[in-house]
Amino acid sequence: MTLAPETTDLKVQLELKDGWFTVCDLNALLPGRGVAALLPDGRQVALFRDRSGELYAIDNRDPFGGAAVLSRGLTGTHQSRPFVASPLLKQRFDLETGQCLDDESVRVATYEVRAS
Amino acid sequence: MSTGTPTIVLVGHGMVGQRFLEALAERGLTATHRVVVLCEEPRPAYDRVALTSYFSGRTPEDLSMTDMEFINDHGIELYVGDPAETVDREAKKVTARSGKVFEYETLVLATGSFPFVPPVPNKDAEGCFVYRTIEDLLAIEEYAKTRTTGAVVGGGLLGLEAAGALKGLGLTSHIVEFAPRLMPVQVDDGGGAALLRTIEEMGLTVHTGVGTQEIVVGEDGAVTGMKLSDGSELATDLVVFSAGVRPRDQLARDCGLTVGERGGITVDEQCRTVSDPHVFAIGECALASDGRVYGLVAPGYEQAETAAATIAQDETEQLTFTGADLSTKLKLLGVDVASFGDAHGATEDCLDVVYSDSRAGLYKKLVIGRDGTLLGGILVGDAEAYGTLKAFTGSVPPVSPESLVLPAGAGESVQLGPTALPDDAIICSCNNVRKGTIRAAVTDHQCTTVPEVKKCTKAGTTCGSCVKVLGQLVTAELEASGVEVDKGLCGCFSQTREELYEIVLALRINTYQDLLDRYGRDEAKGGDGCEICKPAVGSIIASLAPTIGVSGYVLDGEQAALQDSNDHFLANLQKNGSYSVVPRIPGGEVTPEGLIVIGEIARDFGLYTKITGGQRIDMFGARVEQLPLIWARLVDAGFESGHAYGKALRTVKSCVGQTWCRYGVQDSVRMAIDLELRYRGLRSPHKLKSAVSGCARECAEAQSKDFGVIATSNGWNLYVGGNGGATPRHADLLAQDLSDAELVRLIDRFLMFYIRTADRLERTSTWLERIPGGLDHVRDVVVEDSLGICEELESLMADHVANYADEWATTINNPEKLARFVSFVNAPDTPDPVVGFVPERDQIKPDLPLLTIGHRPLEGSAQR
Ligand code: SRM
Ligand SMILES: Cc1cc2nc3c(=O)[nH]c(=O)nc-3n(C[C@H](O)[C@H](O)[C@H](O)COP(=O)(O)OP(=O)(O)OC[C@H]3O[C@@H](n4cnc5c(N)ncnc54)[C@H](O)[C@@H]3O)c2cc1C
Ligand code: SF4
Ligand code: FES
Repeated sequence: MTLAPETTDLKVQLELKDGWFTVCDLNALLPGRGVAALLPDGRQVALFRDRSGELYAIDNRDPFGGAAVLSRGLTGTHQSRPFVASPLLKQRFDLETGQCLDDESVRVATYEVRAS
Repeated sequence: MSTGTPTIVLVGHGMVGQRFLEALAERGLTATHRVVVLCEEPRPAYDRVALTSYFSGRTPEDLSMTDMEFINDHGIELYVGDPAETVDREAKKVTARSGKVFEYETLVLATGSFPFVPPVPNKDAEGCFVYRTIEDLLAIEEYAKTRTTGAVVGGGLLGLEAAGALKGLGLTSHIVEFAPRLMPVQVDDGGGAALLRTIEEMGLTVHTGVGTQEIVVGEDGAVTGMKLSDGSELATDLVVFSAGVRPRDQLARDCGLTVGERGGITVDEQCRTVSDPHVFAIGECALASDGRVYGLVAPGYEQAETAAATIAQDETEQLTFTGADLSTKLKLLGVDVASFGDAHGATEDCLDVVYSDSRAGLYKKLVIGRDGTLLGGILVGDAEAYGTLKAFTGSVPPVSPESLVLPAGAGESVQLGPTALPDDAIICSCNNVRKGTIRAAVTDHQCTTVPEVKKCTKAGTTCGSCVKVLGQLVTAELEASGVEVDKGLCGCFSQTREELYEIVLALRINTYQDLLDRYGRDEAKGGDGCEICKPAVGSIIASLAPTIGVSGYVLDGEQAALQDSNDHFLANLQKNGSYSVVPRIPGGEVTPEGLIVIGEIARDFGLYTKITGGQRIDMFGARVEQLPLIWARLVDAGFESGHAYGKALRTVKSCVGQTWCRYGVQDSVRMAIDLELRYRGLRSPHKLKSAVSGCARECAEAQSKDFGVIATSNGWNLYVGGNGGATPRHADLLAQDLSDAELVRLIDRFLMFYIRTADRLERTSTWLERIPGGLDHVRDVVVEDSLGICEELESLMADHVANYADEWATTINNPEKLARFVSFVNAPDTPDPVVGFVPERDQIKPDLPLLTIGHRPLEGSAQR
């Protein structure tokens, strides 16, 4: 399926233990929205792209509610740091560190991500 | 360990015990003393005042008041589930049930109360409960699962709370009260009558003036009913005794401490027992020096502070406890009840000012002294003014007392702001915080928000009834000290929603990024915005789409990135990550063929089906990748999106009306369908609901809707600003006897005026009460056209109506959009394995093994 008129060859890749794992075309990522990806070992990753083109990847599971939905949250900038707000109970997570901004004791995993 | 550091032993780790530990720590005593706590319950101190909130979803962990870090950091030895059994005052030793023995220098008893159970036959039978601890609630909840009826003995404060809880558990509930009225201690006959009416309207059955004589049990020994003193018998499966509490002073009696005639460990003004200088008693087990046992938490906290200060032997801080105020405010089953000061008018020569409207369940009484001093009062049905009135108690209020009890809008009523209060007025009675202290928190301690002030002063941290006044004071203080109080929408915009609407409309700004980069706060320009302003601006753009020249399709271009998660998937996210599907069923009218299609789809996709409260059908448990398949079939059968996920028009309910009903005077179904089709898809600051009834009997409940229509023999009456939800409000009559065309035109104007001026997530009810001038102003604008904007309002609505398109039909025809309806971008055919279900009552329910680790109760979250 063709996703956008201008096709780019750039792929979004995640760094896993054994190297870079290709997830999808870069243009599958809409600025300001996320998508979820399934890793070979069954883990789920939420991938985001902000308006300047920066990419982020964190664990997809909402640690408060338990559902794998962080990729469906709204993103934004708080004190010039990027975050996503969970669509369940709206806790916010820093996209670079995985730290929950509303509960110091909670953090989700983050992944290295690149477009190449 | 008898040498070295002196030991303080605290018996009882309840609310007051915990406050005592905090008071010790604040005074540095935990560093100089060994502190031992014997806690009888299986869990450390928790918020007993908020006990009932367990039934509304707060877990025992949420209720906890004990921070284990605090306990550990201060080296406090806490023995949970290990009560003190004996005290040897001569040897100064306490023995716990576990056999552990502790020597003490100072012993503090904070053993609280036990519920009094009247000595009626079979009072201990299976199915009899009390209401005091988390364990009591767990037991009641378990037992109630398989029963249908419950009765509460006692119609006092706690009894009503317990009855509300039983009702919440799905039981038919009765209240049996010996006195001739409910809440005999707090309210007088007039207040009792107003309360009775409201409580009965909620479906609880009240029996006053009768005593319980015997609990009747069945052959298996379990409760089946109760015999009452008037000879009648009440069938019930479960009995909760809530007939008052008695101080737990047995431990004290056994070791020879003096106790009062009616119980309570006798203490002096320092909370030291009169019999032994090494022993203190605080909280509900203590008989204070004024001869009273206090059953409220605030006096207990004061006693805890007093005892700690005395033990610290701090010369500069000599606290005494000589008595306390018995003011209470509570929200019982959703009814406000408050009493404060000399509520019963016991002071000589005092006069009452009473306002009573038993039809509306309102009763307000103020007790005024000869010189105009406010002495106390009772408020039933509307306790808005409680915070301010209580703080004025003991002084002459700056306005006439009559004006304080009249309901808003009735002639002379005035709102007395907390800014008029003297500095020594007590704002938070739970924690004894005065207005001056709160002001100082803002001016001297640089607190700028309510949470900061709460932390700094402890005000508002217990029952919460003062938080509203607290907020007003903080704002007033900030404004007075020149700080401009930020009324901006969020961290990205300093404008209100209304101002942003005007900017978008006037300048035809049609992207969010453009708005942010031009009108955002400096630090937000060029950024990604936030989860508050994106959907709010997205909604403004959607409401004005045809007028400002953007697509009316909410997933078009940039708009897709702005929508709340639910709007983005055009469905409601459920707790396990699945979605619900709600097709529009205008007016609640559906053909058998339509029903069959819905039934077949639900069956084919294995969805849980339920009739909603909005006269339509909800199908739950769809995986994200199933949504397009489900909707393709629905659209095919002629169904459209019901916008159950959007801040948009939800339903226009109807009754059968003139066509079938023998009372009907107009065709209410047709009108409901017309209205639903006209306003479908209209994005607004909050959801919009409507209903049309065919006559004044009001079977469609139109008066609880944002705009409700009731047929008259001459046309239609239009009501606006109604609301269900947590703060129900009856709608106000906007105009009468309208023709079809007049009705539609007026609703067009009303809705567009609301969309233009409301705050984000502000329902029409709160909007109507907030905007200056209220209903009269709105009537001036939309009926009389006082601002000359009606033509514009009508044309905006005409644009919306002309450009409506079903967003699900648009979506299933758009492959690019459909590509997003997958669980995984790299495995579009794999369903999310976390989404699981288990069977329940022949259907399914979500299976979510992971436990919730915390809640952030947010304004604006989880809105439907
Ligand atoms: C499905 C339904 C219950 C049912 O099984 O019947 C329902 C379900 C929810 N309602 Fe409701 N409400 C439903 C009818 C109502 C009604 C009755 C009515 O519409 O006549 C009311 C009271 C009337 C009113 O709104 O004034 C109602 C007042 C609320 C409120 C309180 C609104 C308020 O202004 O106080 C919320 C919370 C909110 O929106 O902030 C809410 C929120 C919710 C949420 C979104 C809460 C949540 O986040 O889980 C629920 C969504 C479930 C889901 O995801 O699908 N629901 N809700 C009903 C759907 C009706 C429909 O067909 O669209
Ligand atoms: C449902 C409910 C609603 C309420 N609502 C309000 C309200 O709105 N406003 C208000 O002001 N008050 C309210 N109260 C009353 C308030 O909870 C009490 O005033 C407060 O809890 C008293 O604190 P306390 O520490 O003295 O007693 P408790 O909190 O009862 O604590 C005493 C503790 O001591 C333990 N204990 C007893 N004997 C021993 C022993 N020998 N060894 C070890 N431990 C022992 C008990 O198990 C208990 O845990 C409410 C109470 C209930 C039950
Ligand atoms: S509101 Fe009137 S017309 Fe409609 S069903 Fe009820 S009684 Fe009949
Ligand atoms: S009055 Fe109860 S918390 Fe302030």
